[in-house]
Amino acid sequence: MTSPGFTTALDLAAGALLLLAVLIVWRRGLRGMVTLLGVQGAALGLIPILTGAHTGDALLIGVGAGVLVLRALVIPGLLVRLLAGDIPPRETAASVNTTASLLAAALLTILAFAASRSLVALEPTAAVRAAPMGLAVVLLGIFVLVTRRRALSQVVGFLLCDNGITAVAFLLTAGVPLVVELGASLDVLLAVIVLQILGGRMRVKFGGTHLDELRELHE
Amino acid sequence: MNASWFAIAAVAAPMIAAVAVALVGWRRGTAVGSVAAAAVVLGCGIALGPSVLHRHLFAVDHVLRADAMTAVMLLVIGTVSTLATWASIGYLDTELARSHTTPARARQYGVLVNIFIAAMTLAVLANNLGVTWVAVEATTISTAFLVGHHRTRASLEATWKYVIICSVGIALAFLGTVVLYFASLHTGHGTIGALDIDSLTEHAAQLNPAVTRLAAGLLLLGYGTKVGLAPFHTWLADAHSQAPAPVSALMSGVLLSVALSVLLRIKSVIDVALGPAFLRIGLLTVGLLTLIVAAALLIAQRDYKRMLAYSSLEHMGFLAVAAAAGTELALAAALLHVLAHGLGKSVLFISAGHLQLAHGSTSIADVTAVLRRCPILGVSLAGGLIAILGLPPFALFASEIGIARGTAGAHLAVPLGIALALMVIAFAALTRHGIAMLFGQPVANAPTLAVSRSAAVPLLVGLGALVVLGVTTGPLTALLRAAASLLGGHS
Repeated sequence: MTSPGFTTALDLAAGALLLLAVLIVWRRGLRGMVTLLGVQGAALGLIPILTGAHTGDALLIGVGAGVLVLRALVIPGLLVRLLAGDIPPRETAASVNTTASLLAAALLTILAFAASRSLVALEPTAAVRAAPMGLAVVLLGIFVLVTRRRALSQVVGFLLCDNGITAVAFLLTAGVPLVVELGASLDVLLAVIVLQILGGRMRVKFGGTHLDELRELHE
Repeated sequence: MNASWFAIAAVAAPMIAAVAVALVGWRRGTAVGSVAAAAVVLGCGIALGPSVLHRHLFAVDHVLRADAMTAVMLLVIGTVSTLATWASIGYLDTELARSHTTPARARQYGVLVNIFIAAMTLAVLANNLGVTWVAVEATTISTAFLVGHHRTRASLEATWKYVIICSVGIALAFLGTVVLYFASLHTGHGTIGALDIDSLTEHAAQLNPAVTRLAAGLLLLGYGTKVGLAPFHTWLADAHSQAPAPVSALMSGVLLSVALSVLLRIKSVIDVALGPAFLRIGLLTVGLLTLIVAAALLIAQRDYKRMLAYSSLEHMGFLAVAAAAGTELALAAALLHVLAHGLGKSVLFISAGHLQLAHGSTSIADVTAVLRRCPILGVSLAGGLIAILGLPPFALFASEIGIARGTAGAHLAVPLGIALALMVIAFAALTRHGIAMLFGQPVANAPTLAVSRSAAVPLLVGLGALVVLGVTTGPLTALLRAAASLLGGHS
């Protein structure tokens, strides 16, 4: 059932997903991060499209096209609007420097491969063998989220995490049931809209989206 | 009438109320309609109870599923929602009268509160774990702007933290759901129903243990975030303290326990696949950690809404310990505790809302002599505090004793001892803060405290229900026992 061409294409898409995540960890320019996230969304959409084309599943190709439009176009479009008023558009206050971040990215990737050995052992197919890369993206997303201090960087971290989870879902099981995938995509879209509105209000209240401004509530 | 209609009505009623508020705004009619919709949820819980005592039923082609556990959770959601929507009427009236809010924002509030309630009923009624996940995430999205209702810097900060932390937490739960689905597909029973609770329960013994362990860890961490369990508890006090009081009551009284009920459901599947030891260790760890955090932060607390939030954290930690025990007695008592805590916290948060509206502050130091200045508010505050401290005659006394006995019966005496010691610290802290607010000398220019007759009803009804439940659980006893045995409770 698995042909060498399909395996290579799937590995390329999953590999691109991970590579783009590492690039986001590396980059500090906020606009560049959004562009990379959009490209990653396209790579993510390719996974179900490839699988669907391989197994002749038209529905899966349709779902893939939907994921591609949402993650490569709609969400990056919303993020660019969140970015609009920020000058300079750079992550200036990351709590971990670039070298240490890349080192951490390498360690997290190894951790992801170690944690998902049981998955590969249960079903050693081409798709499941690529799933650890999705898990690595999840961990990198959480890493970006906890080390960056700009509102937009945190949203990018959350979306990175979510792209990774969607990739794992498609690689492990060719997608969770359609109703769940639809609900999940809608939830992500709404969460981004909520965060975008909050970012706008933050700018009105304290002239920027620097989260170090958020320090009224603490013990 | 077919009993499965009650399951549909429980989700539909708040949705209809949301549409009504969206169309004509927050007016007397739609506000009363929202209370009625919440009462319908409660009614559905009561009506479903007898018919699901020994079986379960489906609605909308197996999308919804009702059993004893669902009926108990509908009772909890319905009770607290009725009190909270009722209190919302007076709360928004006062805010509108003082121009703290606009009719447009009141409309937004009404729509979102009803969607929030509908999402919670869907979360407990959904048969498919994926749909449950979608519903739980929907609660985060619908409450985001409710937490940010006041549009101050502090509420903006609370909303941001709440949405980010809960979205990531719940994303981990989704990953756990995906991994569990993967394991379920490999039991060889097809894709249809692979995430359905009944088919998962049926085939749980065939789940691959290594993969299920990964799924269980992710699900515990993910839904644990929404329950407020450490280490992802940090959103809770911020969100509870900034949200409007009736919303705090809903979040503290039901949202946390809805997430806990999802965790209990998942636990019943995981326990069959992996044996009870795996999640027991996980739940004991996060439960005790949560109790430590809550006790430590209660001692020096200066803000009464944050104090109530940390008290919720304390109760959730204790419930996690009860879930770890997993005996039928511990689980039945835990479910009673969920209902009683929901009632007690609603009374307290609604009372706190009146204090906040009068004082314009949530500092404990600013509020003194409540009992003398406004007897109704004083009685509800004192009663609510005595109730959540676990003293008789209120229901939490009975439930805490039940949990302690059930936990000791599961040979968990040492963790139980640690939990009780931490609860004694929390008890002392809450008592000290409570006495400072209830008694003491009134400040010279203290604002007048007054509660209208209609606003006093939910407070007194809540306290009354707590006393009744403390004396006897009546027909509820059988339902709680049935729910506990569904969750895998052994005697």
